Amino acid sequence: MENPNLKRLRRTMMFLNAQKPGLIKDPHVYKPDSIMLDLEDAVAENQKDVARFSLYHALTTIDYHGVEKVVRINGLDTPHWQEDIRVSVAAGCDSIRIPKVESAKDVQIIEEAVLAAEKEFDRPEGSTLLMAAIESTMGVMNVFEICKSSERLFGIALSGGDYTKDLQTSLSGTGVELAGARQQLIIAARAAGVMCFDTVFTNLDDIEVFEHEVKIARMMGFDGKSIVNPRQIETVHRVFTPSEKDIIFAEKVVMEIDEKREQGIGVFTVDGKMVDIAFYPGAKRVIEMAKAAGVYEGDL
Amino acid sequence: MDIKKSAVAGTLESSDAQVTIEPGKNGIELTIKSSVINQFGNAIKATIMETLERLEITEAKITVVDMGALDCTLKARVEGAAYRSNGIVENIPWGGSIK
Repeated sequence: MENPNLKRLRRTMMFLNAQKPGLIKDPHVYKPDSIMLDLEDAVAENQKDVARFSLYHALTTIDYHGVEKVVRINGLDTPHWQEDIRVSVAAGCDSIRIPKVESAKDVQIIEEAVLAAEKEFDRPEGSTLLMAAIESTMGVMNVFEICKSSERLFGIALSGGDYTKDLQTSLSGTGVELAGARQQLIIAARAAGVMCFDTVFTNLDDIEVFEHEVKIARMMGFDGKSIVNPRQIETVHRVFTPSEKDIIFAEKVVMEIDEKREQGIGVFTVDGKMVDIAFYPGAKRVIEMAKAAGVYEGDL
Repeated sequence: MDIKKSAVAGTLESSDAQVTIEPGKNGIELTIKSSVINQFGNAIKATIMETLERLEITEAKITVVDMGALDCTLKARVEGAAYRSNGIVENIPWGGSIK
């Protein structure tokens, strides 16, 4: 049976250092859609062992009130990833974020270890989902095969910092250096039917540029954005939640298309805009997003 | 589990606890420093003793500097220090003696 969590609302995925009790004790109060408990970059090399104990007890003790629990494990190029998987699965995380994915094989190696851990710890097989972080030019080149690599894979995410290093440039704040990767990721994700998440924005004080970047991500088709601070949640949720105007228009489009189809009419106008069957999936998606965000109470 | 060498886990940040564990020969010698010792001293001690019992540690010197840690953090820091003292970082018995 398909895991029902493959598709869920993931506007915000908030990174939290798994080794910091002050951060992981109550992040759900800020109402992110997902928390990303980090065993990778945020945890110093000599703290990897201790961070796993902290992660295990947080996941098995704290009630995160329905917020998705994702663990970012260490990469395949480290000695840590296998134990990271064992602890994540044993503790009942919802998903594992695989860093530095460059090929379908990378995902499949992790998938095999996750299945072994599910068997070892009596977790339902297939209950642990995966997402792949694309952090290199090779990852971008192989992104479609990565999207198709596993039935557990619910999405991919761009990691802009490492990607721009590999591209031999740096983050400028304009997004120019990320444009190609963003476009390629979203196209591949949509073609493969998985979700796609934009990279973090680390300048917490530049709210205007952040909001601009979030709007661009929404326009490009991303499903959400990785974030590093609770202060960023409101902006992302506002931008990624359909407005009342969007919802009313989508509702009209769906109802009119259903009605006109019965009458054999293919093209017509809604609120002065020409509409045909091509508008149907987009309008349905707006309704689904509005439902998931809890702002739609209609009958569709 | 024997405590083979001195090891530390945790920090002095708020909501954390720093646990130092050392080899001992006189049973469990526990020292707790906490700003809430009067309110929660007994509960902190109980959590630490229960964790040591689960790990089958019967001889060790343990110093805990509590910075307002939850029970789950106290357990994690005691276990982290104990496994460190043995140099064990893989095949941890999650859900077994770690629970």
